[in-house]
Amino acid sequence: MSAVIDHHHDDHAHGPAKGLMRWVLTTNHKDIGTMYLWFSFAMFLLGGCMAMVIRAELFQPGLQLVEPEFFNQMTTMHGLIMVFGAVMPAFVGLANWMIPMMIGAPDMALPRMNNFSFWLLPAAFGLLISTLFMAGGGPNFGWTFYAPLSTTYAPPSVTFFIFAIHIAGISSIMGAINIIATILNLRAPGMTLMKMPLFVWTWLITAFLLIAVMPVLAGVVTMMLMDIHFGTSFFNAAGGGDPVMFQHIFWFFGHPEVYIMILPAFGAVSAIIPAFSRKPLFGYTSMVYATAAIAFLSFVVWAHHMFTVGIPLTGELFFMYATMLIAVPTGVKVFNWVTTMFRGSLSFEAPMLFSVAFVILFTIGGFSGLMLAIAPADFQYHDTYFVVAHFHYVLVPGAIFGIFASAYYWLPKWTGHMYDEVLAKTHFWMSFIGMNLAFFPMHFVGLAGMPRRIPDYHMMFANFNMISSVGAFMFGVTQLLFLFIVIKCIRGGKKAAAKPWDGADGLEWTVPSPAPYHTFSTPPEVK
Amino acid sequence: MLRPAYAWLAGLSLSALSVSASADWGMNMTRGVTEVSHSIFNLHMTIFWICVVIGIIVFGVMFWSMLMHRKSQGAEPAQFHEHVSIEVLWTVIPLLILIGMAIPATKTLIEIYDTEDSDIDVLITGYQWRWQYSYLGEDVTFMSNLTTSRDEIYNRVDKGEHYLLEVDEPLVLPIGKKVRFLITAADVIHAWWVPALAVKKDAIPGFINEAWTRIDEPGTYRGQCAELCGRDHGFMPIVVVAKTEEDYAAWLAEKKEAAALEAELRAKEWTLDELMERGQRVYNTACAACHQPNGEGLPPLFPSLKGTDMVLNDIPGHIEVVVKGSPGTAMAAFGNQLSEVDIAAVITYERNAWGNNTGDVVTPLDILEFKQGQ
Repeated sequence: MSAVIDHHHDDHAHGPAKGLMRWVLTTNHKDIGTMYLWFSFAMFLLGGCMAMVIRAELFQPGLQLVEPEFFNQMTTMHGLIMVFGAVMPAFVGLANWMIPMMIGAPDMALPRMNNFSFWLLPAAFGLLISTLFMAGGGPNFGWTFYAPLSTTYAPPSVTFFIFAIHIAGISSIMGAINIIATILNLRAPGMTLMKMPLFVWTWLITAFLLIAVMPVLAGVVTMMLMDIHFGTSFFNAAGGGDPVMFQHIFWFFGHPEVYIMILPAFGAVSAIIPAFSRKPLFGYTSMVYATAAIAFLSFVVWAHHMFTVGIPLTGELFFMYATMLIAVPTGVKVFNWVTTMFRGSLSFEAPMLFSVAFVILFTIGGFSGLMLAIAPADFQYHDTYFVVAHFHYVLVPGAIFGIFASAYYWLPKWTGHMYDEVLAKTHFWMSFIGMNLAFFPMHFVGLAGMPRRIPDYHMMFANFNMISSVGAFMFGVTQLLFLFIVIKCIRGGKKAAAKPWDGADGLEWTVPSPAPYHTFSTPPEVK
Repeated sequence: MLRPAYAWLAGLSLSALSVSASADWGMNMTRGVTEVSHSIFNLHMTIFWICVVIGIIVFGVMFWSMLMHRKSQGAEPAQFHEHVSIEVLWTVIPLLILIGMAIPATKTLIEIYDTEDSDIDVLITGYQWRWQYSYLGEDVTFMSNLTTSRDEIYNRVDKGEHYLLEVDEPLVLPIGKKVRFLITAADVIHAWWVPALAVKKDAIPGFINEAWTRIDEPGTYRGQCAELCGRDHGFMPIVVVAKTEEDYAAWLAEKKEAAALEAELRAKEWTLDELMERGQRVYNTACAACHQPNGEGLPPLFPSLKGTDMVLNDIPGHIEVVVKGSPGTAMAAFGNQLSEVDIAAVITYERNAWGNNTGDVVTPLDILEFKQGQ
């Protein structure tokens, strides 16, 4: 009997299928992870081009390149594409590639659904981007799409925008279900929850956040759809509705959403900093609890995005206190990372450079977040460039640098080659300088009184805006270098060992580089 | 690493830039001219310096590790990975700092929310894309429009000193009086923000928000709409002129006189030329942003007025859509935004401009009659 089975195995090598259909039909977590990562990078470049249009228009006072109508479409689409198209799929891609290898599983728990949840994304974003070419233009109401600007006053293409959000949301929910099912069911024997790498932990918590809030987002866009086409008045005061309710529902989704975009990066950095400090992560247990605390708090702070809508004093106070509390677990994480580096044996390859920059710059973003939490002060900061500076400081060096750090850290495992370290360091320094030039001055113009989402401004904001634009162009162009580095690494380079980083730890480094098409068909033993 | 000379150069040029940019408001929050704005400024600076100190400590340890514990210098890694008391310490200390911060913040917030006992009440209504101010009990209401010319915006002429921050009719307030603002909107959400007063409140259709201020010194204070409200969100500034009590009273009397004059104008016999002249002015401030100066609009969002059926043939329909707006679209109801004279003028203008040439004359009394028939 066993001879027959062996024979069967010999006939089917179980390598990837040939041609295009490999990618269309694949249920392999590595292939799907690759597709997610390429898709997200394409969206990153597209959203980046839109940011370039914005920064070019804001290079000088006056309207030079685009009309306000198109400018608003650019700010809206830049936000939507970066949040839903670039950052979220990148982390799902990393999860697909790494979680099965980190927990010793052969694949994701639900491989066919995995394929479907990826292929929904090109459909969703194809639809979203097509709105730019429709009569009346694409969404122009900001990525937060506040009603009634996004309902009664929206361009006709808003219906397509709603449908695109629905599809992207379904994709996210299915991705999250898959990740939870994988982590809870497919861990290798001996891999208890408290032995899981932090990347797995942060993704597990992120996946629960996704399942909790994506349906809320779907709900709010459905209510918009009803208001626009079926005569309801959810958000129309004249019909007994409430425009503020839109904001409550949106931010109940929106605030956990910002943690969805940062928690997986916390996990990746918690793997990379110990590896290049050659020292175990400090405070693993407190890291897990801090992540859970942040996730819990993210559900009870949403109205800090709405301090100026006129919520009652007691509500204002509650949301201020709850928001300030987030600083505690976030601080614990930062202290843990710094203490991990303390008295280590540090080296600064590209993944470490991005991770160190992550800790410093994310902390700066955290500081401005703490300032924004002070409700009375928020009356001055709210909806200014100070807020723009804040969330770009947590998203660019937070989420995006976290993704770059992960990519460089695991590229040898994915491709079997070492990337070009000199080019990668160039990529880091150009990104680091460009990013700070672009976003630091935004603190100043925001404090000085420049509202966000305006295509033109008074001359007193001119110098800082010009610096911002120069920095943004620098950051943007540098990302083409990243594309070059990745392609170069795929095509060849120094052979990577199974464990190319001497300080790294984890099951993914026990398999050869590049990782075979199927890994851990037999579960490893974790002691 | 930059060599010191370059670092100095970079630092100098950066600070030179910041000096020229800070000529007006600087690179920091304004201290403002009210007691509340001073408290907010102090909160802002306190939390800022707390962050700076924490930053110096945390980044200090980090940079020290990065410089002293390098593998290239033969550093041997320690193996510790937990320490309960230090972990408790760095949970409790931040908590105490936060409580210390929350106390003054709460006090200021309570003050901001105390809108009782006002001396003057002003109703502020946000429209796409202008503000309307109504002095309650005084029978004074006016719109406040951006006066910066298109030529300045499109870089055809030099920009004026108050580029994008200037209006035809500012909100005038007396100093030393508690002024309560009742803030609402007629179409989408706007936000009324004047940094020097530290007042920012959303203007929400169907709801009335409250805020208040007591201005200490006479002066002109400028702000902008702070909530994305569509195409011309960046072009609906706010200007507040604070005057002494006597000057304010004089201004108010003048305003009331002007209102009486307006009523006289309504009854006057208007010729086509007079209406056309006034209509063009009204059109350019109230209608041109959407329907464009050439009347061709930006279809399908903002329809063309040139040669279209309603403009050529349907006078009652034309009056109705201007006065009452068009529900479900971006067309606002101008019945409360513009006077009868202005509405009559602008309708007459639209029916005779851009080759429409209907020869129709719509008088202020026609508008009044339509309104009363409602």
